[in-house]
Amino acid sequence: MTATARPPKDTLNAELQLKMLRQMLLIRRFEEKAAEAYALGKIGGFCHLYIGQEAVAVGALAALRDDDYVICSYREHGQALVKGISPNAVMAELFGKATGCSKGKGGSMHLFDAKRGFMGGHGIVGGHIPLGAGLAFASKYQGQDRVCVCFFGEAAVNIGAFHETLNMASVWKLPVIFLCENNRYGMGTAFERVAAVTDIVEHACSYDMAAELVDGMNALTVYEATRRAVERARKHSHPTLLEVRTYRYMGHSMSDPLHGVYRTKDEVEEQKARDPITHLAGKLKEEGVIDQAGLDAMDAEVLAEVEEAVKFADESPDPEPDELFTDVLAE
Amino acid sequence: MATLTYRDALNQALREEMQRDPNVFLMGEEVGVYQGAYKVSRGLLEEFGPQRIVDTPIAELGFTGIGIGAAMGGIRPVIEFMTWNFAVLALDQIVNSAAKMLYMSGGQIPMPIVFRGPNGAALQLASQHSQAWEGWLTHIPGLKVVAPATPADAKGLLKSAIRDNNPVIVLEGEMLYNMKGDVPDGEHLVPIGKAEIKREGSDVTLVCHSKTLSVALKAAEQLAEQDIAAEVLDLRSLRPMDEAAILESVQKTNRAVVVEEGWPYVGVGAQVVDIIQRDAFDHLDAPVQRVTQADVPMPYNKVLERAAKASPEKVVAAARRVLYLDS
Repeated sequence: MTATARPPKDTLNAELQLKMLRQMLLIRRFEEKAAEAYALGKIGGFCHLYIGQEAVAVGALAALRDDDYVICSYREHGQALVKGISPNAVMAELFGKATGCSKGKGGSMHLFDAKRGFMGGHGIVGGHIPLGAGLAFASKYQGQDRVCVCFFGEAAVNIGAFHETLNMASVWKLPVIFLCENNRYGMGTAFERVAAVTDIVEHACSYDMAAELVDGMNALTVYEATRRAVERARKHSHPTLLEVRTYRYMGHSMSDPLHGVYRTKDEVEEQKARDPITHLAGKLKEEGVIDQAGLDAMDAEVLAEVEEAVKFADESPDPEPDELFTDVLAE
Repeated sequence: MATLTYRDALNQALREEMQRDPNVFLMGEEVGVYQGAYKVSRGLLEEFGPQRIVDTPIAELGFTGIGIGAAMGGIRPVIEFMTWNFAVLALDQIVNSAAKMLYMSGGQIPMPIVFRGPNGAALQLASQHSQAWEGWLTHIPGLKVVAPATPADAKGLLKSAIRDNNPVIVLEGEMLYNMKGDVPDGEHLVPIGKAEIKREGSDVTLVCHSKTLSVALKAAEQLAEQDIAAEVLDLRSLRPMDEAAILESVQKTNRAVVVEEGWPYVGVGAQVVDIIQRDAFDHLDAPVQRVTQADVPMPYNKVLERAAKASPEKVVAAARRVLYLDS
């Protein structure tokens, strides 16, 4: 299987590209507000931000149908927003409120909206990779043509669950896309320090699986690669491994440093020069699809939406005390 | 009513539930072509085909997680573990994914899945293959745990487990698969959470489950020869546990011995004792005794293995102690 970074084919219409730009901006502004709220103590626990990686969620989900499944690790605010969960419901969940998308019981790491096919936010590294294959198994079993995109970080590739699942997905021909967001660091450990094989796409060879290496700082490239993988899954029920190279600007979680012992400030700044939002905005400006005034208006609109989400979350009630004991078991 | 082995009773439950509901499927090592490591799935591949009787690689964590994901997608998996000793590899999925999915999704994603397979020691299989896991599994909120001791209960509890919308652990007994007993035909459901008195008595309650039912029944026979009437209470379900049945029996006999295959520390018996001391303290005429596996990894040697296991003799001795016949 060849793994090549393909240049984006300009098959996207301007409207879709503008939508993708707006979605990336929404994630960026949402995460900035989440960081503020975390600093103010409004958000507790672990909170893993997506800033820098927006093109991955936005590009990949643009290639999906509304009823397709998405399942993620704990760095999933971006995917949740793009899958259609309202910023209000996501922010309220981060605030632990009853109006949150998991009723305040999940928090940042466990966002869910089953009706939209958003199957969570999961907190054990690599633990949700088999779940993603299982969703694809269910789709195939039921004779549906829904596919599942399973997002995970590069550090999960060292987990046994990754290998066991890729093997079975290939043997059973499951309509699943394993989308590895390679942001280069598992918390503070550079991938090359702990992985014998650093080109993750190569792992696909072990499981006779289609694979592609993708520039994750470009939403259009991610879209095109995911589109090919989705077609392979939907039409032929074949899995794909995508290695999407991206970069997180923030620390691993809100309680971790941005840089220091494991990466330099210069490196982070250098990566910011590849910013996915700046890149797409620049392209669309160059093509005359949008001008600076249009961009400013889009940004203001997105910011207002996020500020409204913070207000909504802040004013929402905590869950009722008896919610403690509900949802442990189903009827 | 037919006389069936425990194995065939489980097979009948699987077959009937798969006939009833096309969303029920079986997945595990050797369940299909090989007809099951313990032949519980005999004939099912021929009847239901490879889409519904799914042979897996030896990858417990992976196929358990795929089963859980399939349940998230609306179908009803039955995951067979060749033994619960191997299921420990899948404990992350059982505990972190299956048991918590409904709760952490705020009630959005039910988890109708069964995890089943043999539990506890057989004969001379040594430390890694001779373990009773109910203490671990029963600890977890979000799971239900059943441990049938008879063919009829095996059928009735497995059918209830498959119809339940929650993850249910079915602990089978490797040494029970050949046991024969009367099994009701067709629709026979044993409710999860209901214990059953398997022998009535008035002097002491022997609380047991799974393989230790036969241990307790033998002990009760021996006690009867000493004019001691032991009541044998089979828990059948460990989570939820039938607290009312335990209390009712102890309020009648005022004495109890709890028998289990597992180790003593933080075991199922410890939970039973807690229920009794909390809600039947004033009814007790003696401290409750426990009979468990010795607090050691299981040895291979036959003599040592026998010494490590719960036995009727140990139960009789414990019963005599709670009756103050021996010190």
